[in-house]
Amino acid sequence: MTTATETGPGAPDAGASATGSVRRPRGARRRPDWGKYFTWTVLCWLFAPIAFMVVFSFNDIAGRHNVTWEGFTLRWYSDAFAYPDLNVALLNTVTIAVLTMLIAGFLGTLLGLALGRYRFLGQSATNLVMFSAISAPEVVLGASLLSMFLTMNLAVGYWTILIAHVMFSVSFVAITVRARVLTMDPSVEEAARDLGATPLTTFRLVTLPLLVPAITSGGLIAFALSVDDFIITSFVSGSTQTFPLWIWGSTRVGIPPQVNVMGTLIFGLGVLLAVANTVLARRRSR
Amino acid sequence: MTRRLTPAQAAFARGLTQPRLNRRSMLGLSGLTAAGFALSACGVEGQGGESTSSKGFWDDKKSNGRVNFANWPLYMDPGKPELKAFTEETGIKVDYDEAIQDNPSFFGKIQPMLAQAEPIGYDLMVLTNGIELNKLIGLNYLAPLDHSRLPNFAEHAADVYKKTSYDSGNRYTIPYASGITGIAYNPEYVDREITSVADLWDTAFEDKVGMFADPQELANFGLFYTGVDPADSDQRDWIAAADALQEQRDKGLVRRYYSQDYIQPLSNGDIWMSMAWSGDIFQQNAEEGTNLKFVVPEEGATLWSDNMMIPSTAKNPVDALMLMDFLYDPEIAAGLTEYINYITPVPASRGILREKAAEASGDEKETLERVADSSLVFPTEEDYAKLHDYVPVTSENEEEFAPLFLAVSQA
Amino acid sequence: MTMAATREGKRGRTARLAPYALVLPGWLWLALFFVAPIASVISMSLMTGGLAAGYTFTFEIGNYARAVELYWEQILRSLLYGGLATLLCVAIGYPVAYWIAFKGGAYKSTYLLLVLLPFFVSFVLRTISWGFILSDNGVVLGTLKSLGLLPGDFGVLNSATAVVFGLAYNFLPFMVLPIYAVLERMDHGVVEAAHDLYAGRVQAFVRVVLPMSLPGVFAGVIMVFIPTSADYVNATVLGGADNTMIGKVIQTQYLVNNAYPLAAAITFILMAALLIGIFSYAKALGTEQVMEVQAR
Repeated sequence: MTTATETGPGAPDAGASATGSVRRPRGARRRPDWGKYFTWTVLCWLFAPIAFMVVFSFNDIAGRHNVTWEGFTLRWYSDAFAYPDLNVALLNTVTIAVLTMLIAGFLGTLLGLALGRYRFLGQSATNLVMFSAISAPEVVLGASLLSMFLTMNLAVGYWTILIAHVMFSVSFVAITVRARVLTMDPSVEEAARDLGATPLTTFRLVTLPLLVPAITSGGLIAFALSVDDFIITSFVSGSTQTFPLWIWGSTRVGIPPQVNVMGTLIFGLGVLLAVANTVLARRRSR
Repeated sequence: MTRRLTPAQAAFARGLTQPRLNRRSMLGLSGLTAAGFALSACGVEGQGGESTSSKGFWDDKKSNGRVNFANWPLYMDPGKPELKAFTEETGIKVDYDEAIQDNPSFFGKIQPMLAQAEPIGYDLMVLTNGIELNKLIGLNYLAPLDHSRLPNFAEHAADVYKKTSYDSGNRYTIPYASGITGIAYNPEYVDREITSVADLWDTAFEDKVGMFADPQELANFGLFYTGVDPADSDQRDWIAAADALQEQRDKGLVRRYYSQDYIQPLSNGDIWMSMAWSGDIFQQNAEEGTNLKFVVPEEGATLWSDNMMIPSTAKNPVDALMLMDFLYDPEIAAGLTEYINYITPVPASRGILREKAAEASGDEKETLERVADSSLVFPTEEDYAKLHDYVPVTSENEEEFAPLFLAVSQA
Repeated sequence: MTMAATREGKRGRTARLAPYALVLPGWLWLALFFVAPIASVISMSLMTGGLAAGYTFTFEIGNYARAVELYWEQILRSLLYGGLATLLCVAIGYPVAYWIAFKGGAYKSTYLLLVLLPFFVSFVLRTISWGFILSDNGVVLGTLKSLGLLPGDFGVLNSATAVVFGLAYNFLPFMVLPIYAVLERMDHGVVEAAHDLYAGRVQAFVRVVLPMSLPGVFAGVIMVFIPTSADYVNATVLGGADNTMIGKVIQTQYLVNNAYPLAAAITFILMAALLIGIFSYAKALGTEQVMEVQAR
């Protein structure tokens, strides 16, 4: 917090110095933008292990341990799918994440719509349960789900992972959608109804398009949570492997460079998305 | 028995339990499961299956032309030449799955299904001697082996693997590969020869010692330090051993209690010496050019085995049994050993490796010779004499055993 | 006229039933896969028995006594590490969120994406990478040591410091995002006015910006404190012999030791400790408000 009080307020003032130097002459003496340095330092910290991962995806190692630099190679990229089990694990991770996104997106949208639009019995209970589901520790969720699945005679595996992922991400979607519903202008829908649209048509042509950004971002949150989850998955996975589980298991014998390659490719995909987003944002602001 | 339920809880329990929980599923409830739904039924009954004689089990079984094999990662050449040879010879297809990351969690996954007498999806699996294996045997979850169908095992397995304390007479298991838990050290940092378990207690190595997190492995070394044979220890010995380990910890010697990833820190000097598995050290030296030393300490070390076994609910037990025996063919065992670099239960494979080495040239020759000559893969008689079995922990005495050592490693 | 009335009536009934139809699938999912499992843990924690003999519901409060007696230290340690990591996240995340929100200009969303980008890489992989980086003779420390900038026996890996920083690292976005969301929506005119009103920048910040951004901080604290306190991956990879956290104990008791009643009791204690704290915290603040901030 002390850092905040020191560097934080410096920022708007520095901003004023750039645009409003006439109004505030003392701002003419340009202060160093500590906030910027700080942010970049933090970014370096955030990217350190990523840089390590990317660099070592090009490491020409002979043995199983990929930690000391032994020369540049591209062969792990041409040999990225050398471990069939790793490929299966990655495929599981992706398909589970997509299904999670769709199911949690659907259930969460309905929940969010109801919570944002109507007053109904059980509303505060619903909020409470959702809040608890978001804030319950992962190890608690994993452990209790495992006991539950076994009680229900469900063999743990792919589908129980999916159930668990939908469970912990549905509340995030619901909250995101609810926030959008609450800020939506009701007069738009009224206008549609006054023009003779049936409730269903109104929903399809007016409400839904307005909700799409919220549903999308909720779905993406669900996707991201699902892809990254390790703790809950490790409880309910049975013998099904996911990407994080496989990595964890391979620490026993040394993580193969293929993991770095896949991590790098996924990261690269993220960079592409980010760049596209920035370009679009600039075009829109123009 | 006191049970106080609020009306809401009672309704909840009723609503969820009554349609689903009949008598049969109550019987089958796994340990984990006992769960909230047992509220209405007041508990969960014992988990054991019925014991069957070897003859009774195999009478109505026949080969189905396929077998599902669960093994540990990197425990067979990725090209699976041994399995291909098996399929070629017998026509039996093998579905190989690297499903086992560690014993407890694999046990946790299959136990509920076995308790319900349901197939676990595997006909052949590999588990280490230890608590989980003892439980599997004690709860009658394993198929009794029909030794008339294991001729290769009878002929080629070394004697030491036929009279283990955990499964004497190989009633349920035969080893897939074995290893020694001893001490490894990095001579780059340790400037004297390490010969004894007591060296792990030497304050010269403050914060540079790695120990194993597994309660059984940890206990074994505490027992060696206090001069007790693990296989022949009782509760009083365990307490003394736990005290000794606690002392080692309190002196600040232990950097970390490793579950399996100790090799890297040992190679790069984060730790200087550690409890270690023989095959890991062999591989690390062979592949990374490190010069780590592995010692069977004078107080003793443990010989462990990853054992093949057939769950009693297996759908293809005959095929699994055939595969087990096939892996005891010295040619095949030599191939496995060449890749795994742990101790093979088939001593005859050493000659085969030497023959192969004589025919090979260059790198391959070197590798084969290194494997064939290594005392880590083929321990000497002297080493074997110092090796002991584990503490016989079962589900009955686990409560007295495990917490003592978890209290050390997880404090 | 009559037709319109029927339509009205029908719409009224639909409107009354609509919310239930909408929430029903979500309710079912959460009831079956969240509420019921939690209830099962509570029940399990009051049982006695073993794997071979089976388990009996005996209202065994002793499990809780044993859990506290055996593991109070790990529980407190976890809350401490979680708390420190949360403070670290506030100290690091607030200035970053502040700077991006007020100074990011046209690149606001780019900066925000830069903060989020590392998290495209798997949590487990990131943590393991830190382990390699921080190794005693690794890329960073080894280099510094060979340059003579650090004493030869210096080390951070396998220490509380490494664990707390690892936790803070992995959960930083959960702090930055809610704070950013609040700051970003703040009326810049108000901030300007504050600057005119109060002489000092510090004054303006403390009296105006900080209070207005507190809901974001509160939401961030919840989002960071709970997962960090219950995490065991960081403590396993980056911690040493003295840094075991309660999440690891729960995992071990469930999956290694099969001591289900004890494990359930520890689980419940952890959950209760965290949830009671959070709920009183949220109550003081209004649950809805916290949740709304989380959503952005």
